[in-house]
Amino acid sequence: MLAYQERAFDALGDPTRRDIFERLVLRPKAVGELASEMPVSRPAVSQHLRVLKGAGLVTDRPAGNRRIYQVDPTGLSALRASLDHFWNQALASFKVAAEEIERESR
Amino acid sequence: MSTTGADHAVSTSIVVEARPEVAFEVFTAGMGSWWPADHHILQGELAEMVFEPRAGGGIYDRGTDGSECRWSRVLAYEPPDRVVISWDISTSWQLETDPARTSEVEVRFTAQGDGTTLVELEHRGLERHGEGWEGMRDAVGSPGGWQRGLQAFAGQLGAGD
Repeated sequence: MLAYQERAFDALGDPTRRDIFERLVLRPKAVGELASEMPVSRPAVSQHLRVLKGAGLVTDRPAGNRRIYQVDPTGLSALRASLDHFWNQALASFKVAAEEIERESR
Repeated sequence: MSTTGADHAVSTSIVVEARPEVAFEVFTAGMGSWWPADHHILQGELAEMVFEPRAGGGIYDRGTDGSECRWSRVLAYEPPDRVVISWDISTSWQLETDPARTSEVEVRFTAQGDGTTLVELEHRGLERHGEGWEGMRDAVGSPGGWQRGLQAFAGQLGAGD
């Protein structure tokens, strides 16, 4: 279990993979869709998706002649990784808001 | 900012240059001012986020079309030290209506003595979401189980288009 989770965190160590994972947290997408909205080639996106899949973070399913990728809803690793990212992002934003109110009230 | 955590929890902390009273107020009543805009589960456009400041209260998103989504229950409300809220959101970022399949978030505010506040957050009980999904597979015989599973599946398919 631990090795599995380390693999999940390692997989998200790469900024492009993290970006892909975050996009999939919001909505399942096909490879072409990801490639069109990011400055990354289609083969590179596919390679990153293979790593994310190997780490148990995303799953894929066929849809016609495309494959749709989504965050693995049964994977606790995926849940932890997405919440970990979410709370760090949220608390950074909270800090800015709290400090602004504090300055105003002084 | 640092992140650690056991298997079934995620923990993080941050120091803010504000008094605990201010930090607590902004975290709770002011939640809508800092909550990441792309993480709402409301279908339509968000008008406001309402935090009911008492144990037994709730947190809900209100849409511009008047729709409401209650996605959390306030489990403990102890200004300015501590607040605990439930996380009634499923792994596919949809509303979870079964409390047994929800996790909880505890936030503690500690004065540092120099006017700053240490804010420690723990999101725990994550296995309950996981068990929900695994339990769903086991409950093929129960109509509720299947219905729930199919709804979740349909929701994901819809989101994939």
